[in-house]
Amino acid sequence: MSVRRVVVTGTGVVSAIGLDTQAFWNSLKDCRPGIGPYASVDSSDIRFKNGAEIKDYDPASHFQNRETDLMDRFAQFAVVSAREAVRMAGLELGEEQKTRTAVICGTSIGGVVAQETAYADLYRDNRSRVHPMSIPRTMPNSAASNVSMQFGITGPVFTVSTACASSNHAIGNAFWLIRNGICDQALAGGSETPFTYTFLKSWEAIRVVAGDTCRPFSKNRQGMILGEGGAMLLLESLESAKRRGAVILAEIVGFGMSSDASHITKPDRLGAERAMLMALQDGRVPASEVDYINAHGTGTHVNDSMETAAIRGVFGPHAESLSVSSTKSLHGHVLGGTSAIEAVATVLAVRNGVLPPTANYEEKDPECDLDVVPNHSREKGIRYALSNSFAFGGLNAVLAFRRWDGD
Amino acid sequence: MEERVFQKVRDILSEKKGVSRDSISLDSSFEELELDSLDAVELIADLEDAFGVNVPNTDLQQVRTIRDAVEGLGKALGAKG
Repeated sequence: MSVRRVVVTGTGVVSAIGLDTQAFWNSLKDCRPGIGPYASVDSSDIRFKNGAEIKDYDPASHFQNRETDLMDRFAQFAVVSAREAVRMAGLELGEEQKTRTAVICGTSIGGVVAQETAYADLYRDNRSRVHPMSIPRTMPNSAASNVSMQFGITGPVFTVSTACASSNHAIGNAFWLIRNGICDQALAGGSETPFTYTFLKSWEAIRVVAGDTCRPFSKNRQGMILGEGGAMLLLESLESAKRRGAVILAEIVGFGMSSDASHITKPDRLGAERAMLMALQDGRVPASEVDYINAHGTGTHVNDSMETAAIRGVFGPHAESLSVSSTKSLHGHVLGGTSAIEAVATVLAVRNGVLPPTANYEEKDPECDLDVVPNHSREKGIRYALSNSFAFGGLNAVLAFRRWDGD
Repeated sequence: MEERVFQKVRDILSEKKGVSRDSISLDSSFEELELDSLDAVELIADLEDAFGVNVPNTDLQQVRTIRDAVEGLGKALGAKG
């Protein structure tokens, strides 16, 4: 029996560089970062003042009061992204199809905005009770649950929490569910809203956030920049897409995952290599035809040099011919949602034949000596592309996409 | 001042990490003391509390030895004036 193929027919994005897929792509292409002073949290005693915050998102233009009552900001981002992906795909699910559709969402921290509000009510303001909807707002699965309720999807619905690899694990598992014939469609991705005082202070304490901006692969990089947002991909079997006459954006062909099992925060090159290799093998991808890698590229010293070495380890001399960029330099590090946003960037790069740039790049680093597409997007035909995620906790997940040329 | 910081480093590492005071010299690397980057982050946070200063992240990127940590703190104390 031939292997069932899976394609992407819709994408949705909410990010600091665009509130839908088109706006997001325009910002990537024109290299317009969404990084600046954050305003939703008082930064006066926080050492870093910049983030990739979404400034112009209005919940009222997407939701009724009752819905915003029940959904924290991270869940709203997932639902808004899912709506866009479904709309783009032109998908209308019948009752039978709803049982064969999955929703898998990634998040690292769930509804921390609601949780922080509850803490402030109790500990700071000495109130005797918290908002009655604090539990449904806070629970990390509320994004997946609300997406499923939105479309009446009754198949497998669950949440993945593997820190900064959450969304790649979500998308990869959705891909496998369809490839293995368990489902025919899936909405997969993730979202995150890290802008709370407690959470920012926690990032300050672990000292990996840059004081200025995110400069992946640049010698003078100082660390990551936190961002908020979300993205969802509509995946479906090739036969389903063809039957519907849907526009195919790209084929998802491989998924690899591994664990470093060594250190809770320091990444291990061998773990990263195994995840990339597994994605290539899973998708029977010829390594010599990988033209682009959307890097994990956090902008920390440790990640970017490790990732460069891992790419060289996997691709050997071909590493000189492929291009690598970190779009975190534009949309920030969206933690559990970041790899969904980067998967969309990768799909769009493959479809449009354009390499998204690494923004804010200033200085060559001999330890990061690949083509990192500095500061300007570039046209290039992309046959296959990888999207890397290497999370705290040593959990790695890599997706492989193929350009759709009509067969 | 440097001596005071160094002695504080020995106090902290012996109390919190169980490293013998005698094994800690200015030239000891964190690796030799079987400590990692997270131990360094914790040490600097404790030193900041003890001396009432902030050490910028940029001064922490290359902390490999006890001397790096002591100098990083010394710089912050100097800046404090």
